[in-house]
Amino acid sequence: MMTTPTTSTDVPMSQADPFGPEVLEDPLPFQTELRDAGPVVYLDRYDVYAMGRYEEVHAALTDWQSFQSAAGVGLSNFRYEKPWRPPSLLLEADPPHHDAPRVVLEKILGPGALHRLRDAWFADAELLVDEVLGRSTVFDAVQDLSEVFPLRVFPDAVGLPAEGRENLLPYGDHLFNAFGPSNELVQKGAPRVAELSAWVNSQCTRDVLTDNGFGAQVWDAADKREITHEQAPTIVRSLLSAGVDTTVHGLGAVLYAFATNPEQWTRLRGNPGLKRTAFDEAVRLESPVQTFFRTATTDIDVGGTVIPDGKKILMFLGAANRDPRRWDDPDAFDLSRNPSGHVGFGMGIHQCAGQHVARLESEALLSALCARVASIEIAGPTIRHHNNTLRAWESMPVRVTLA
Amino acid sequence: MSAETAFRADASEIKLRVEKKVRVSNGVTTLTLVRPDGKRLPDWTPGSHIDLVLPDGTTRQYSLCGDRWDPHRYRIGVLRERDGRGGSAFICDTLPEGAMVGLGGPRNNFRLVPSEKYLFIAGGIGITPMLPMVQQAEMLDAEWQLVYIGHNRHSMAFLDELERYGDRVSVLPKDECGRFLLSSWIREGRDDTKVYMCGPASLLDEAHDRCGSWPTGLLRVEHFVPKEQGAPVRDDPFEVELAQSGLSVTVAPEVSIVDALKSAGINLLTSCKQGTCGTCEVAVLAGEPDHRDSILDDDERACGDRMFPCVSRSCSDRLIFDL
Repeated sequence: MMTTPTTSTDVPMSQADPFGPEVLEDPLPFQTELRDAGPVVYLDRYDVYAMGRYEEVHAALTDWQSFQSAAGVGLSNFRYEKPWRPPSLLLEADPPHHDAPRVVLEKILGPGALHRLRDAWFADAELLVDEVLGRSTVFDAVQDLSEVFPLRVFPDAVGLPAEGRENLLPYGDHLFNAFGPSNELVQKGAPRVAELSAWVNSQCTRDVLTDNGFGAQVWDAADKREITHEQAPTIVRSLLSAGVDTTVHGLGAVLYAFATNPEQWTRLRGNPGLKRTAFDEAVRLESPVQTFFRTATTDIDVGGTVIPDGKKILMFLGAANRDPRRWDDPDAFDLSRNPSGHVGFGMGIHQCAGQHVARLESEALLSALCARVASIEIAGPTIRHHNNTLRAWESMPVRVTLA
Repeated sequence: MSAETAFRADASEIKLRVEKKVRVSNGVTTLTLVRPDGKRLPDWTPGSHIDLVLPDGTTRQYSLCGDRWDPHRYRIGVLRERDGRGGSAFICDTLPEGAMVGLGGPRNNFRLVPSEKYLFIAGGIGITPMLPMVQQAEMLDAEWQLVYIGHNRHSMAFLDELERYGDRVSVLPKDECGRFLLSSWIREGRDDTKVYMCGPASLLDEAHDRCGSWPTGLLRVEHFVPKEQGAPVRDDPFEVELAQSGLSVTVAPEVSIVDALKSAGINLLTSCKQGTCGTCEVAVLAGEPDHRDSILDDDERACGDRMFPCVSRSCSDRLIFDL
């Protein structure tokens, strides 16, 4: 459909493709240009309004009244297009419909609820690290650690059966690609979509889940009438959609940060209290979730540009997290910095409900590594994995020295 | 000045300003509250209440009865109670527009859950949490009815606002309709209908009696008798001690614990700075927290072993954190 953009003539415009292979391989130059061009940049190729500065991105994330999620948080506008899967009741919903599912999931994944998992996850991390180091001190941080650890602990915590878990990463990879335009990355996932979706949906039913995991707790909330039984499977689906790839790439980010900043590893070992800061600082720096869209619910004035009602807004979380207007020396991984306030988990009513889970996974893995590893460095070419939304690696060879 | 120290937009806001004060009925005054810096207030859902900390340090809970699509304002409705402890009389008679009040929460113990049908029963000032609920029930396309009981039409607030809902709302002043008969509105518990009630104890006691055997979650009730609070909120400094490092920091009245620690070089990881996300959670080893967050329920608050220092403060002279 040809549309005539109703932009003000003042808004900077760009023909760039933020979802093309060049930008996905290295987004930083594009993000710098985006931030420097202005508070809002119109992306002609996709008819969207992009923002990369911290202030604007933070404001858009928190202003759910003007920047809605129910018309989709990808390029696809649910006002005009059918979603590829039934919309998420968390991610792709606004108040009032968003309220009940959100409060239920927040409680299940909240800091209090995770206390009971702490010891087990720390023990699992130690086991995995011992396994990996037992084989060699040269290994792949992604293929041996960051892709493995979340899959060891999270599906169990959800209550999934053992079979079929290898479907989780491909499902997540496609779904995060699908927030972008229907480019090659989306098309490559198309052949398996139906099969993977069917599998994921089958994992959300009450009879398949164990009776005390996160999934069961969603069903318990339905029994208590906090949500409906019709809503329960889709809420469990959110756990499986958003809970795996994100943590895999978050852990990849923190391992990469340390492998490329050896003095920070030494610092961490000397001050274990920095573990939490380390993960959030790595999430800030790499922003595993790089972008999300919103849709304008009315004409919105952003820094002098009017974004018309119904238009898509593309928020660059990764760019905001490296905005020199907000962060000193933003491209440095620095454990003396306070990364609080980064938007790697979003902000506001849609802020990542799983952030405490992610932090616990990282704390456990870093704890286990700190105990055994004196130094860590990159040992070969790192290979990125391209995804329309996620900042990811396919391979990260590292070499460690034992403590 | 570095970018990070210059950036103040995410500083915790502790006090709100009374923007507007309106006597809306015989006995009920509304207050509209805003942040002094004009920024967004913490998000809330229908049924939420806030802790209002008055200038003398006393704390009262009031339901939010405004429009959550206006993120810059909270509205509460205060019933002037003759036999109360004086807080409501102070608010209605004395507290002026422009005054500053302290904020805790919002918290929600009275959530609107999904339902095909709703029956809202409000007694007196119990109407306040129901106003955003009926607005929301409309948006959810649910079938709903509101029964509003009160002394007389002069005492019953918000009748003008409720007019737009036509006959979905039954206004039953006692001087016109006589004593309210719950039995004419509620019989058996129905799976497709959630009943929400808020009002005086006598009304709610009758509801508990009548609906006691109903399946869980069909009747939801919020009591409007203010709970006994502890000592008045302190307005003098307190100490926060970090057990593991032995460091001790003084927290001044206008400063959040997180900001006080930050000034002393201690960086606690935070995120929302509003007491909603849970990131800054700390374990409390000693002392009595003054909880201002939106996360902990009453039992968890009473336990006192965890708190969220981005917004919460201290009742005792000292808190010891396990940090």
